[in-house]
Amino acid sequence: MSTNPYFNFESEPTMPELMYREALNQALAEEMERDANVYLIGEEVGRYNGAFKVSQGLLDKFGSARIIDAPIAELGFTGLSVGAAMVGLRPVVEMMTWNFAILAMDQIVNNAAKLRHMSGGQLRCPIVFRGPGGAGGRLSSQHSQALEANYAHFPGLKVIAPATPADAKGMLKAAIRDDNPVVMFEGERLYAIKGEVPEGEHVVPLGKADVKREGTDVTIITWSRMYYFCMQAAEELAKEGISVEVLDLRTLRPLDEEAILASVRKTNRAVIVEEGWVLAGVGASVVDIIQSKAFDDLDAPVERVTGLDVNMSYAANLENATQPDAPKIIAAVKKVLYREGA
Amino acid sequence: MASSYSKELLLDMYRKMYLIRRFEERAGQQYTLGKIAGFCHLYIGQEAVAVGPAEALRPDDYMLSAYRDHGQPLARGSDAGMVMAELMGRGTGYSKGKGGSMHIFDIEHHFYGGYGIVGGQIPLAAGMAFASRYRNEDRVTVCYFGDAAANQGSFHETLNMASKWKLPVIYICENNRYGMGTAISRTSAVPEIYKRASAYDMRGEPVDGMDVLTMYEAVKDAAEYCRAGKGPVLLEANTYRFRGHSMADPATYRTKQEVEAERKGDPIPKLRAYMQKHGMAEDSVFETIEEEVKALVDQAVKFADESPEPSLDELWRDTIVEEGEEDVRPRERVLGQKVNWPKYPSGQELKVTWDLEPREQAEAADKKAGLIR
Ligand SMILES: Cc1ncc(C[n+]2csc(CCOP(=O)(O)OP(=O)(O)O)c2C)c(N)n1
Repeated sequence: MSTNPYFNFESEPTMPELMYREALNQALAEEMERDANVYLIGEEVGRYNGAFKVSQGLLDKFGSARIIDAPIAELGFTGLSVGAAMVGLRPVVEMMTWNFAILAMDQIVNNAAKLRHMSGGQLRCPIVFRGPGGAGGRLSSQHSQALEANYAHFPGLKVIAPATPADAKGMLKAAIRDDNPVVMFEGERLYAIKGEVPEGEHVVPLGKADVKREGTDVTIITWSRMYYFCMQAAEELAKEGISVEVLDLRTLRPLDEEAILASVRKTNRAVIVEEGWVLAGVGASVVDIIQSKAFDDLDAPVERVTGLDVNMSYAANLENATQPDAPKIIAAVKKVLYREGA
Repeated sequence: MASSYSKELLLDMYRKMYLIRRFEERAGQQYTLGKIAGFCHLYIGQEAVAVGPAEALRPDDYMLSAYRDHGQPLARGSDAGMVMAELMGRGTGYSKGKGGSMHIFDIEHHFYGGYGIVGGQIPLAAGMAFASRYRNEDRVTVCYFGDAAANQGSFHETLNMASKWKLPVIYICENNRYGMGTAISRTSAVPEIYKRASAYDMRGEPVDGMDVLTMYEAVKDAAEYCRAGKGPVLLEANTYRFRGHSMADPATYRTKQEVEAERKGDPIPKLRAYMQKHGMAEDSVFETIEEEVKALVDQAVKFADESPEPSLDELWRDTIVEEGEEDVRPRERVLGQKVNWPKYPSGQELKVTWDLEPREQAEAADKKAGLIR
């Protein structure tokens, strides 16, 4: 079975098809057009047109004061933008990847997330930190990790991780308009996938999960790139007569408790699929919500499929073995259904 | 010989330095009584470094600091009672008791906070200065930090950007010669912090931080330079803290002789001596100021002491901005006084007209580097 994430599930297109990166580009351009307080800063975002080409063409459109090529100083330009947000600009900070944003974490969690609290409500910090996250691509340990759980831990931040191009556009627009610091994980391996994206004013509210596939036997809860493996698993399972509901969380802080509980109450079984590590992962909190508020609705213990509790290897077979994929998800679904082979 | 300063200016400086001194002494006392907890870093000895700049700046210039942050807001006009209430964790404090000693914020007076991570506020200041340039405003940002903070990466990363982008920011390093218990000479390859500016092709100067007039002149001049678009300035204010690093520190790493010698340079009697030398004030004038300040500080302590703790539902406020939620105006909320709240232009009103890296300049640089475009 293929584990290719660039699987196309969309039916006949009725809207323009865009790549995930193009959808983000559109969101940025539209929001910068709408509000001159919005600027983009990051390494290679300007004349190079973005390390992953998300900012393609924006420098020509908006000029060097609004599309800013930063030095390789993640803490510095992140903190600078937090300061600009404190006095009312609306910066979008592009991290070349979230692996490097670890150097900027102090500014994100010790300043951005806490400014409103420490000032007793005098300040707001309308800023978006965005960039590619996630593992894969034979990049070994330092360049290949899913780090969203780290940020989901902090009050004062919103954390989002859209899976589809349409959500990527709509959620980035919502994030830029939000008066709170928003941490946005894009899928490094998703930039080239295509999907239908509504034109113009398409805003997806933060904090709302989305049932991407309806089903009755089991709920798979996931986000970002893992969504595609889950959909693939669901298609496979359908052939065996198992009806899977796929709930895409989209926002990891705040978690959409209502949507999680509604789906689990309907199917009575849940599998959570997470690219990151098992310990203290976002999935652990989803399990906590389910067992504390919907225990009586469960017909089986909740299963988690996560990245293995190891650092990422370069070798192809080791890398593959480290990550979740459709077969692992299928096995977990069968386990909660008490089916054979689990 | 006449002084070139007005009597009003000098008396105001005296009053502010004296206020900070008395306020800090009372804060220390309240800490000992257990009414102030956590870390409490006193400013005693460094008053001139806050007061000179406060007088030299415009009221709408931005300012921020580290955790030793009671002096600067008092110098800019913050309410002493509300600062004291913040130190005591009361609901009437500037941050409703959620910030404490290390996090005084008074946005009305454009004081954008005290910060507890050494060096963490340095990039924020550059960002505020960046916003001023972005909006074509001629206000400057002043950022305080300690000598030890100059060894943080944030300092170097920020100076590079501030200089490259000619941001209107004045960095004031308060070199009191110690980072907690460690003398700066033990941890720094170049203990003269101002020299580091040269690494970023920016203006850097040492200033006598024990002399309020020198501080005043240095910041007046630096602000003019910034407003003219010439770029950032690094001032190294050589100063001394007469007390320990915080109230928890008995400061045994310094000799009695060293502290005694430094106390002779106390900036408060120094200004008084200057004024007397120039025949600008009788003893009685100083005595009146001192009495007034003492009464003000007594009242501040009483106000804080009698203020209630924040209500428990405050736990759930001020973390995430809910839609349509207003920002809190502390003086209005606590004292019922109308405040002058900063207004920023909306996206529609704002026209961004400057270039961070003008096209011609970028292309010239490319040419010079042998790149063809
Ligand atoms: C990143 C970080 N490391 C360590 C500390 C603990 N700490 C608090 S103050 C301080 C000394 C800083 O000295 P300096 O910057 O010279 O400022 P001063 O206290 O002299 O005003 C240290 C090490 C901290 N708050 N933040």
